[in-house]
Amino acid sequence: MTLDPLRRLEAEAIQIIREAAAEAERPVMLFSGGKDSCVMLHLARKAFFPARPPFPLLHVDTGWKFAELYALRDELAAEAGMGLIVHRNPEAEAKGINPFEHGASLHTELWKTEGLKQALDAGRFDMAFGGARRDEEMSRAKERVFSVRSPGHGWDPKRQRPELWRLYNGRLAPGETMRVFPLSDWTERDIWAYVAAEGLKVASLYFAAERQTAIHDGALLIVDDERAKLATTVRRVRVRTVGCWPLTGAVESEAATIAEIVAEMVRDGTSERAGRLIDKDQTASMERKKRQGYF
Amino acid sequence: MKPLLRLLTCGSVDDGKSTLIGRLLHDCGAVAKDKLEGLTDFSLLADGLEAEREQGITIDVAYLYFASAARRFILADCPGHEQYTRNMATGASNADLAIVLIDATRGVLTQTRRHSMIAHLLGIRQFVLAVNKMDLVGFDRARFDGIAADYSAFAEAIGIDRVTAIPVSALGGDNVMERSERTPWYDGPSLLGCLDEVEGEPAPALPFRMPVQSVIRDSGRLYAGTIATGAVRPGDRISIAPAGTAAEVARIVTMDGELAEASAGQAVAIALTEEVDCSRGDMLAAGSPEVADQFEATLVWMQDEPLLPGRQYLLKLGTRTVPATVQEPKYKIGIDTNEQLAAKSLALNEIGVAIVHTALPIAFEPYAQSRALGGFILIDRLSAATVAAGMVHFALRRSENVHAQELAITPALRAGLKQQRPKLLWFTGLSGAGKSTIANLVEAKLHARGRHTFLLDGDNVRLGLNNDLGFTAADRVENIRRAGEAAKLMMDAGLIVLTAFISPFRAERAMVRALVPDGDFIEIFIDTPLAEAERRDTKGLYKKARAGKLANFTGVDSPYEAPEAPEIRIDTLAMDVDAAADLIVSKLDV
Ligand SMILES: Nc1nc2c(ncn2[C@@H]2O[C@H](COP(=O)(O)OP(=O)(O)O)[C@@H](O)[C@H]2O)c(=O)[nH]1
Repeated sequence: MTLDPLRRLEAEAIQIIREAAAEAERPVMLFSGGKDSCVMLHLARKAFFPARPPFPLLHVDTGWKFAELYALRDELAAEAGMGLIVHRNPEAEAKGINPFEHGASLHTELWKTEGLKQALDAGRFDMAFGGARRDEEMSRAKERVFSVRSPGHGWDPKRQRPELWRLYNGRLAPGETMRVFPLSDWTERDIWAYVAAEGLKVASLYFAAERQTAIHDGALLIVDDERAKLATTVRRVRVRTVGCWPLTGAVESEAATIAEIVAEMVRDGTSERAGRLIDKDQTASMERKKRQGYF
Repeated sequence: MKPLLRLLTCGSVDDGKSTLIGRLLHDCGAVAKDKLEGLTDFSLLADGLEAEREQGITIDVAYLYFASAARRFILADCPGHEQYTRNMATGASNADLAIVLIDATRGVLTQTRRHSMIAHLLGIRQFVLAVNKMDLVGFDRARFDGIAADYSAFAEAIGIDRVTAIPVSALGGDNVMERSERTPWYDGPSLLGCLDEVEGEPAPALPFRMPVQSVIRDSGRLYAGTIATGAVRPGDRISIAPAGTAAEVARIVTMDGELAEASAGQAVAIALTEEVDCSRGDMLAAGSPEVADQFEATLVWMQDEPLLPGRQYLLKLGTRTVPATVQEPKYKIGIDTNEQLAAKSLALNEIGVAIVHTALPIAFEPYAQSRALGGFILIDRLSAATVAAGMVHFALRRSENVHAQELAITPALRAGLKQQRPKLLWFTGLSGAGKSTIANLVEAKLHARGRHTFLLDGDNVRLGLNNDLGFTAADRVENIRRAGEAAKLMMDAGLIVLTAFISPFRAERAMVRALVPDGDFIEIFIDTPLAEAERRDTKGLYKKARAGKLANFTGVDSPYEAPEAPEIRIDTLAMDVDAAADLIVSKLDV
């Protein structure tokens, strides 16, 4: 009997999660409440059922996420019965770093890249699960499932280990840490197919609805709070990925169900991260961010 | 939908591999519109990292995802040149099928043969030969037939029996998605048509095997893992390898409910009817799987530092990680000629066959039967890097035949009678550093305190036990291994053992440290700078080495890796030998 492709991806991801948790001393799972992270959390629960996953969840917060995502994050963590660590970079907090005044690059670097490193160091976590997929972005196409980070969390493509079969090397030299990506082989369509098949709860932002929006710096934003004092217009929109709301490009859309989302994706044919404003700052920006310690 | 197909693409530089992949991704709609804007050359789609674009090369395997109407594909794209063996082996390890690209104007090249060899060695049985750039040879049938015949002859010689040859033009799209009108003489499938039709490799009918990944403790104990081969049902009688304990499956648990049956590829948790001793690294199995501690295996060496026969690495197979050593290779494989060549070691990107010893018996299947249970990696103990991939051929000796003899009088009883705790005082340092002199003094002082001791001196051991060993890196490793084992026997006899060996490599000192109980290995670094040791030159050896009359001399033409965190460090420039011996004794808890 051969497994259908979705069940095969599921089984492979569960194997990865179990293997990483067994080889790490202090694992942690990054969790934002976005669709990939919801799928990853669900897989972790399956991996250790009937027990709880033997690690906490970690959200590296920026203060600029969608309100709906904060609520969903807390709800899902509680439902899984797992500890949730929320980290906000105190330096960014003190300086009041935000995407409008300081730009996407600095905002991301301080809140997310630096914040993530601080949180990992503070918890002495030697392994962190992330929901990144190889189909998201070209520099991710060469990423390992078990990705070694040098002391200081940097990603050095030349030091990555050959990864054969489904045999993962989770050992670390002193000072090294590991990032593990159980969804490496999943595509955006797999994620939606799985959300549908498993009846997972995901943010309503992914589905078209009338929302307060504004055009800012050429991007269509869903305005989630009053801080930016933008003049808003109601439009029927949705998002393909969620990040900080000022950095998440929305699209005008009628797709209100998963089937419609997938149909729209195929018809439209743009890349998932096209709406992510942080990626557009510079060419090869994802690769650079990874070298600095971003996911 | 047909099952997912994992592909590997191989080709030499400029055969048009990137162009072909770009075309497949594009025509299957896997490339986003925003990425196509302004793109004139499909080959740019398949090139990944900034570092690679800057240097105009590909350094790593890229995984790409696309789907046709019939099935999903995961494509491992391996660079054709640099590090090709390492990358090709990595990409091939999970692939069902290899697409071998050939430039119709150049025909079958050495690279083509190499890539095919490696793919075949890693277990790929189905090959598609894409003869590209047919537009440049006027879609000439004779040219295509000639190349296909050349390749088939080679393929047959190395044991590849399933080859489909397709004439294509990646640039023009001929025979890529659809059959082309420009090759009316060709009546086979287009490339995609062929990939759509291919049947996955039928899984060999093997009995149930599941390496245990972890133990889930809930109301009882559940053994979590992914089934490697076969199927299992509640009520099945199984065994736990390598111990061989019998057990019975009670339940197969998943979050989606209990299963009446689970088979290869599924991730499950299994409850047994009775409490048994079973943990991560063990294997649940129907019948009794083969268990051994010596194998013949093919090794693909993957890091800059070459194989050191005798050095202790970690071997990971399934979910089990054990210390292991590799003997001097029987031969290495000449990839270009498929010849067996003599070899003392394996360097980066070399492939060879050698005997592997594991410190503990492990359960396995030959690689030809199961990639999951016959493929292993070797890991460097210090850097934690993956240094090699291996494929088990067969076991040399079944482990059933060797059992550690249980002894009535234990080491603790012997030591108790002597009223001391056995220790291993391991002196390391350059030749002429003062190891033997200081170790001698320390022994005398311990003896005076009524301690039972023994000094194993490097030179003396080399005159007897190790008189068959020289000074190559491999012999130095074996020298230390034997010294470590001898010291361990003496500790079991209840003695405080002192050793004076240069022992230049960290890895071997770490190996000996791992042999003895925690805390009983005291590494004593006799730290004398090279210039000073050479100035003293008590045995005249440095002079000989400098004159070129002595090869592989530590410090001169063979490295010394100083300890990073020795228990005791003696700076011989700062104190005389007597003070050094006193300092050492004062720091010992004996
Ligand atoms: N005429 C012709 N040129 C091709 C074809 N496929 C690739 N090329 C050209 O061959 C060169 C090398 O192609 P590329 O895809 O970069 O090769 P790679 O090194 O194997 O990835 C480029 O100039 C391509 O445009 C083909 O089918 N016909």
